[in-house]
Amino acid sequence: MSEFAVELRNVVKRFITPEGHEMVAVDHVNLQIRHGEFFSLLGPSGCGKTTSLRMIAGFELPSEGEVLIDGQPQGKKPPYMRPVNTVFQNYALFQHMTVFENVAFGLEMEKVPKEEIRRRVGEALEMVKLSGMERRRPRQLSGGQQQRVALARALVKRPKVLLLDEPLGALDLKLRKEMQLELKALQKEVGITFIFVTHDQEEALTMSDRIAVMNQGKVLQIGSPMEIYERPNNRFVADFIGETNFVEGEVRSMEGEWAQIYIPAWGRELSGRAGPGLQVGQKAWLSIRPEKIRLLDEPRVNESIQGRILDVSYVGADTRLFLEVSGVRLKVWEQNRLSSLEATHFYRAGDAVYLALFRENVLILRRE
Amino acid sequence: MLRTLRENRPLQGFLLILPTLVFMVGLLIIPLMLTLVVSFGRRSPDGGVIFTFSLENYLRLLGYERNCPSGEAVCFNPLYLQILWRSITLAFNTTVLVIVLAYPLAYYIARAPARWRTALLFMVLVPMWTNFVIRVYAWMMILRKEGVINLALGWVAHQLGIPFQPLEMLYTPGAVLVGMVYEFLPFMILPIYTSLEKIDLSMYEAAADLGANPWRTFLRVTLPLSMPGVVAGTILVFVPVMGTFVVSDLLGGRQVVLVGNLIQRQFLDARDAPFGSAASLVLMVMTLIVTYFYTRKFGFGEEIIAA
Ligand SMILES: Nc1ncnc2c1ncn2[C@@H]1O[C@H](COP(=O)(O)OP(=O)(O)OP(=O)(O)O)[C@@H](O)[C@H]1O
Ligand SMILES: [Mg+2]
Repeated sequence: MSEFAVELRNVVKRFITPEGHEMVAVDHVNLQIRHGEFFSLLGPSGCGKTTSLRMIAGFELPSEGEVLIDGQPQGKKPPYMRPVNTVFQNYALFQHMTVFENVAFGLEMEKVPKEEIRRRVGEALEMVKLSGMERRRPRQLSGGQQQRVALARALVKRPKVLLLDEPLGALDLKLRKEMQLELKALQKEVGITFIFVTHDQEEALTMSDRIAVMNQGKVLQIGSPMEIYERPNNRFVADFIGETNFVEGEVRSMEGEWAQIYIPAWGRELSGRAGPGLQVGQKAWLSIRPEKIRLLDEPRVNESIQGRILDVSYVGADTRLFLEVSGVRLKVWEQNRLSSLEATHFYRAGDAVYLALFRENVLILRRE
Repeated sequence: MLRTLRENRPLQGFLLILPTLVFMVGLLIIPLMLTLVVSFGRRSPDGGVIFTFSLENYLRLLGYERNCPSGEAVCFNPLYLQILWRSITLAFNTTVLVIVLAYPLAYYIARAPARWRTALLFMVLVPMWTNFVIRVYAWMMILRKEGVINLALGWVAHQLGIPFQPLEMLYTPGAVLVGMVYEFLPFMILPIYTSLEKIDLSMYEAAADLGANPWRTFLRVTLPLSMPGVVAGTILVFVPVMGTFVVSDLLGGRQVVLVGNLIQRQFLDARDAPFGSAASLVLMVMTLIVTYFYTRKFGFGEEIIAA
């Protein structure tokens, strides 16, 4: 067994658009996906996630670079010779076959004996909780059930790697959350490497061991959900995953992993964790998550900054405050820790508040 | 008045089908009834119809013959049964050949780049702008003794110094088959194309993903998913081939007589409307029976007709 289940080396994919222009859909992508890993490709629409996945499956060939599966360069191998299987976004179930026939199809292609096919299809359907539906047609199933058939059809082949292109995209929110947990549990159970494409950041955070964040064909950051959320290494990632406040500034000094940033709007320096590639004298962003800003009623900490509440919205678990701090707008999420209906416990628009930006919570990112 | 119309849904439905209903009753049901009545009658000496109730015409079709050459009162004459059988086998062979020829072409068009498809379909349809009969005449020019094929073969033989005897192609069953296949090809290409074109690309990708090579993908996915087109095309070809007489008349001459020719001759030459009517009804019932068993097994290809 080689070190990685799937490896992309400097992979580029160019398309000629119908208008006759050349466009780069995937731009020098390097990925090393480990065995048994739940790996997500996350990024906005059109960033090249599907194209990357299709190059692993063999539906597209890279314009440059190499795709390796279990250490084997795939070259121009057609999809039916690659040890990977795909769960398609629209499921792509065969409408002229029953559920059983759909799941059995891949095994028949491998010329597995009839008895074994029956047994393995039965097991696969049991695994996705569809026992008893063998004789239905895909049309006679709900969206969630069709999704499970697609999953069983791919898993029954025991691929080295399972590729999933937004498999939950068509489901409603509740079912989607359920399937996220089930899918994750299933992956742990079978131990197959999953490469999961999604543009839903929460989904990626919930399910993945590691995430690659993509934008405009490039991979911007690869890391665990925690690393991606807590230590985004550029503004795009910080902005795309969760919510973030950005304040313009300039790097004044650096010391180890810490940096001092001068904020002209506030006329003061603040301290924070230095992002990659930061240099003294450079323009930079101060970045802080809305839930990591501490609100104080009085200026208790000497570092605290005064602001004014513009708007308040109560969303149950949190209260979302929109502040103005010397010409800069900030969002702050405050957890509603106490159960109360008394008006005095709540912030009101127009109130003055003091905020503390602790340096552990502040990231200072390069400004491109 | 308008108000009742707006609220009365059955009445709305009735008004909507009324034009078609009038058409069908006037031009299909009533003539059919007349044909039925006439088929039980007898030919009068001057070519008119004597209305009686006799099964004589039907018996004649089954081989019951009164003008026996040997002088007996009745004898067995298989002529008409042979004609019926010939019509069925010809329609069957035509349909099979048309499927074999139309499928690859439809497949090719459906897989061509989108901007080419319209042009290719257009080329399939262009010959249909020429009159049906004229296209059959064109085949006569090609197949006859001094026709294009014999001229070409003769020239080649002459160049090679081989003695050449022109081939007798016109007025043979083969000529009729070629003509029928040619005339009805578009009626098969279009429905097959429609059903192929509707197959989502992801079906092929899913099959390949699950380990099917292109040939197995074709057998297990493409072919079954395009069956509605083949079924619809089969009905569109088989039924009219059973009934036409122009192709066999012009390309088959006296050699290849089909039910269609038989009926035409009874009405126009023999002036025996009762026998012609009986033959028409037998043709209709035969076609219905074949279509019935066929559609019971395969459906109507309604997915295509609905598209
Ligand atoms: N066959 C093709 N021909 C031309 N351009 C293409 C083709 N396939 C994809 N593209 C382009 O490549 C880019 C990346 O497409 P891709 O489908 O990989 O995006 P994606 O990240 O999966 O987006 P989404 O989340 O919307 O599915 C897009 O700009 C798209 O228009
Ligand atoms: Mg996509």
